[in-house]
Amino acid sequence: MSFPLLTATAALPAIGAIATAAVPAARRTTAKWLALLFSLATLVLAGIALARFEPGGARYQLTESHAWIKDFGVRYELGVDGIGLALMALTALLIPFVILAGWHDADPSPSSQLRSSRGGPNETKPYRWRPTQGFFALILMVEAMVILSFEATDVFLFYILFEAMLIPMYFLIGGFGDRAHTGSDENAAAQRSYAAVKFLLYNLVGGLIMLAAVIGLYVVAGTFSLSEIAEARASGSLSMATSTERWLFLGFFFAFAVKAPLWPLHTWLPNAMGEATSPVAVLITAVVDKVGTFAMLRFCLQLFPEASKWATPVIVVLALISIVYGALLAVGQRDIKRLIAYASISHFGFIVLGIFAMTSQGQSGATLYMVNHGISTAALMLVAGFLITRRGSRLIADYGGVQKVAPVLAGTFLIGGLATLSLPGLAPFVSEFLVLVGTFSAYPAAGIVATTGIVLAALYVLVLYQRTMTGPVKAEVQGMADLKVRELVVVLPLIALLLFLGVYPKPLTEIVNPAVQHTMSDVQKKDPQPEVEAAK
Amino acid sequence: MSATAVHSLWTMAGGVTSAAPAEKFKAPVIEYAQLTPVLIVIGVAVVGVLVEAFVPRRARYYTQVFLTVVALAAAFAAVIGLAAGGYGTTKAHIAAMGAIAIDGPTLFLQGTILLTSLVAVFTFAERRLDPAAHGNHVDSFAAQAASVPGSDSEKAAVRAGFTTTEVFPLVLFSVAGMLVFPAANDLLTLFVALEVFSLPLYLLCAVARRKRLMSQEAAVKYFLLGAFSSAFLLFGIALLYGYAGSVSYATIANVVDGSVTRIDPALADTMGNDALLLIGGAMILTGLLFKVGAVPFHMWTPDVYQGAPTPVTGFMAAATKVAAFGALLRLLYVVLPGLAWDWRPVMWAVAIVTMLGGAIVAITQTDIKRLLAYSSIAHAGFILAGVIATTPDGISSVLFYLGAYSFVTVGAFAVVTLVRDAGGEATHLSKWAGLGRRSPLVAAVFAVFLLAFAGIPLTSGFSGKFAVFKAAADGGAGGLVVVGVISSAIAAFFYIRVIVLMFFSEPKADGPTVAVPSPLTMTTIGVGVAVTLVLGLAPQYFLDLASQAGVFVR
Repeated sequence: MSFPLLTATAALPAIGAIATAAVPAARRTTAKWLALLFSLATLVLAGIALARFEPGGARYQLTESHAWIKDFGVRYELGVDGIGLALMALTALLIPFVILAGWHDADPSPSSQLRSSRGGPNETKPYRWRPTQGFFALILMVEAMVILSFEATDVFLFYILFEAMLIPMYFLIGGFGDRAHTGSDENAAAQRSYAAVKFLLYNLVGGLIMLAAVIGLYVVAGTFSLSEIAEARASGSLSMATSTERWLFLGFFFAFAVKAPLWPLHTWLPNAMGEATSPVAVLITAVVDKVGTFAMLRFCLQLFPEASKWATPVIVVLALISIVYGALLAVGQRDIKRLIAYASISHFGFIVLGIFAMTSQGQSGATLYMVNHGISTAALMLVAGFLITRRGSRLIADYGGVQKVAPVLAGTFLIGGLATLSLPGLAPFVSEFLVLVGTFSAYPAAGIVATTGIVLAALYVLVLYQRTMTGPVKAEVQGMADLKVRELVVVLPLIALLLFLGVYPKPLTEIVNPAVQHTMSDVQKKDPQPEVEAAK
Repeated sequence: MSATAVHSLWTMAGGVTSAAPAEKFKAPVIEYAQLTPVLIVIGVAVVGVLVEAFVPRRARYYTQVFLTVVALAAAFAAVIGLAAGGYGTTKAHIAAMGAIAIDGPTLFLQGTILLTSLVAVFTFAERRLDPAAHGNHVDSFAAQAASVPGSDSEKAAVRAGFTTTEVFPLVLFSVAGMLVFPAANDLLTLFVALEVFSLPLYLLCAVARRKRLMSQEAAVKYFLLGAFSSAFLLFGIALLYGYAGSVSYATIANVVDGSVTRIDPALADTMGNDALLLIGGAMILTGLLFKVGAVPFHMWTPDVYQGAPTPVTGFMAAATKVAAFGALLRLLYVVLPGLAWDWRPVMWAVAIVTMLGGAIVAITQTDIKRLLAYSSIAHAGFILAGVIATTPDGISSVLFYLGAYSFVTVGAFAVVTLVRDAGGEATHLSKWAGLGRRSPLVAAVFAVFLLAFAGIPLTSGFSGKFAVFKAAADGGAGGLVVVGVISSAIAAFFYIRVIVLMFFSEPKADGPTVAVPSPLTMTTIGVGVAVTLVLGLAPQYFLDLASQAGVFVR
């Protein structure tokens, strides 16, 4: 038996989470380094998985399979195709940056330090709240669950992770808010717990509806293993009635559409991203939400091909609304983080559009989009976080002329922004282009509407830059420090990666394309042929 | 019945009496070995009463705790022994002249009841939570239950350091009744077992040390409503006897099936009358649904859960539910399967209103014990969904759910006993604000229990819920699964609200403290957490156990 690489990649951050949580209260710095170390080690393992993966090989590679809960027909089955692998690598890549960027986010606030020191001999019990350890442990926990969910090839195993990852996320959002809030502390705490509860309830309801569909799938198929279901379908022993398949599809899709998030189920995202610290916001939008779009590709299309085709028109329309509506609301935002959140909603619209265009360019583009959006949003959001920490405000109106005071910060912010609006030469351009091409060949009208999203993206990004970075230097911005070494270490590799994948996306497409071909054959779709070919 | 039937009554009756007068007085054959779990518990309970009479007051507490723990452990060992001897599977049979069924469900439920009781008894014995009164350690129970609250005699009793050690034999009597209840194989045994486990519970509810008036009020409510439901049950038994001419489960089932055509001459007027069957069956179900706390027979639950001493609440919430669902399962699967077309729609409706009602009303609760009470109602609804499945999977999923749920419940109530302020337990939710910052460990443990109640994956609550819903969906109750999922979502809201309160709210200046418990309560909580996580991560072994146990003997 070979070394269980995929399990190890998921287990390592989980072990790291436990180790970090166990660090004594006074040793905050140790906890941080420990967390960083574990996340880097995970990255190494993900790198090894990338190296061992053969793009032209079997559909699922590095597979593992063990019996788990026999009575439920559940197996512990792992395996990655190119799509899962790319997203797993993205997750492993982003977490070290998230940890580094959030280095000081969970230090005990001055007020709580005051409280613990005031306790003195009167207090019978010491104040044992350990926010720093908790923060980093939770991040690693999320990483472990997300990575495992990208690897799961058993529907039940995936479902368990899909639901369980909500809990650490919920504590990250509700327990560690952005200090740069407006208004009183109490008000901020109330808003934060509102955002956390909204996040959890939306996703939990989505998940529970999926649970009904998961049970339904078991009743129909008698197994949860993707490979067994595929076999049964190929041999004709499994046939779903059209209406059954559609209901099950809707149950699954609803959960993924909440997670993704797709209009009209998106309203939790701006709250959650606005109230969470920037690194956690990155974790939400760049990592956890990808599970939703990934699952559409992996489960909706593969398990319910007919129903997917049946639902395509509606989903394409929803995706278009997401693209335009998200972009329009982003233009109107006064809060930097909420602006980025609405921009993300627009981008998720593109991803869903690419998936359900049912063309190979569209789906390759959507997968690349997931990776590139992760990197570009991380860059933009983390720089925005550095900016917000300096000034202590999330409102765009409180900034002005930052580029004169902190040129490096402004420059990196601009690059992150340009990546968000898909400037050619930066990675997101490739994916957005592919999605649009794929959409045009299948649904020309949808392609035209989606293009307006690009125009609006230019508007919201450039207006944001103009209002915050250019113009006369505001009094409060005066003397703002430029990026420090730690912050540069976070931002520069991300920018380098954006440039590299923008110019040379081949390593990524090589991994992704075969997986997309498999998915296309699942739904028995062929690309529409160009009309020129007929003349040959 | 016609006139000829009445006429034949006399001739036949005469024939029977003349034929075998001696056989009527045959000595009963009792398989004592297979009844050991019950006999041990009852025997030690009687010894406990004698201890109260003869052992000096100072030594009573230790003697009683020791006896109780040993009795429960020994009875559990006996259950294991019987199961290992194959009495749950191949040797399953009807014992004690048809009064008791020894089979898989019986042994599984007896084991569950004994284990949860054992764990719950540790919280009964806890004496470190309340500050010592006049130099004496005190537990959760009144110094002298008979003294009027606030009176001089009460003060004198507290000063003298009295403790109500009678609770231990009472628990044992109650457990004995619960052991028989799911095993009962005729309606009279069922009724006697019901009374044996209910009466001690009424008493236990009344003996809280703090908030004594509330505790007594709860006991009176419980007693009155409980007596009312017993009356229903008894009336239903009478009607079913009229219908079938027998109280034995197997005979009634045969009459329902129509496989018994011989009419008991004494009951010629009523036998085979479907009106009696339907009304009688409905009344018996009413009595049992009252015990499981299903809507619309749930009214007692919140008041009693809130008023009773918290250790009693935990014990009652877990063990009663196991016993009552066991009896309900046996009744529906053994006695009334032929009537499934009639009771299924009714149970559908009950399950739906129970799930939704419990979950919706729980949202507005501000007291943690009431909240858990309504949550237990919602859970009763989930379990009913599995009961309705009427498949072998349905039985085993309900068994598994009961095992998982009872440990979570006992653990959660044990945590409630720890959070205290000057007035005893601080059960008002507002006092729990910021608990996660003061005592992260206790709050985290409680959060685990809440997540299990909410059915979040990787906890036992999820495995149980999945098993039950899967069985329901397999059994053609897909609609129930959808309602169950919706009410799970509603229920998640209030569980999450408590977590928000504990972790995200700032602690209040005059908030409660978390008492440091003795190893007794720690064991209870530790076992609760361990079972919750093990059944969440690796439930296979226990699912196997439950599915092996999921066959009723007839």
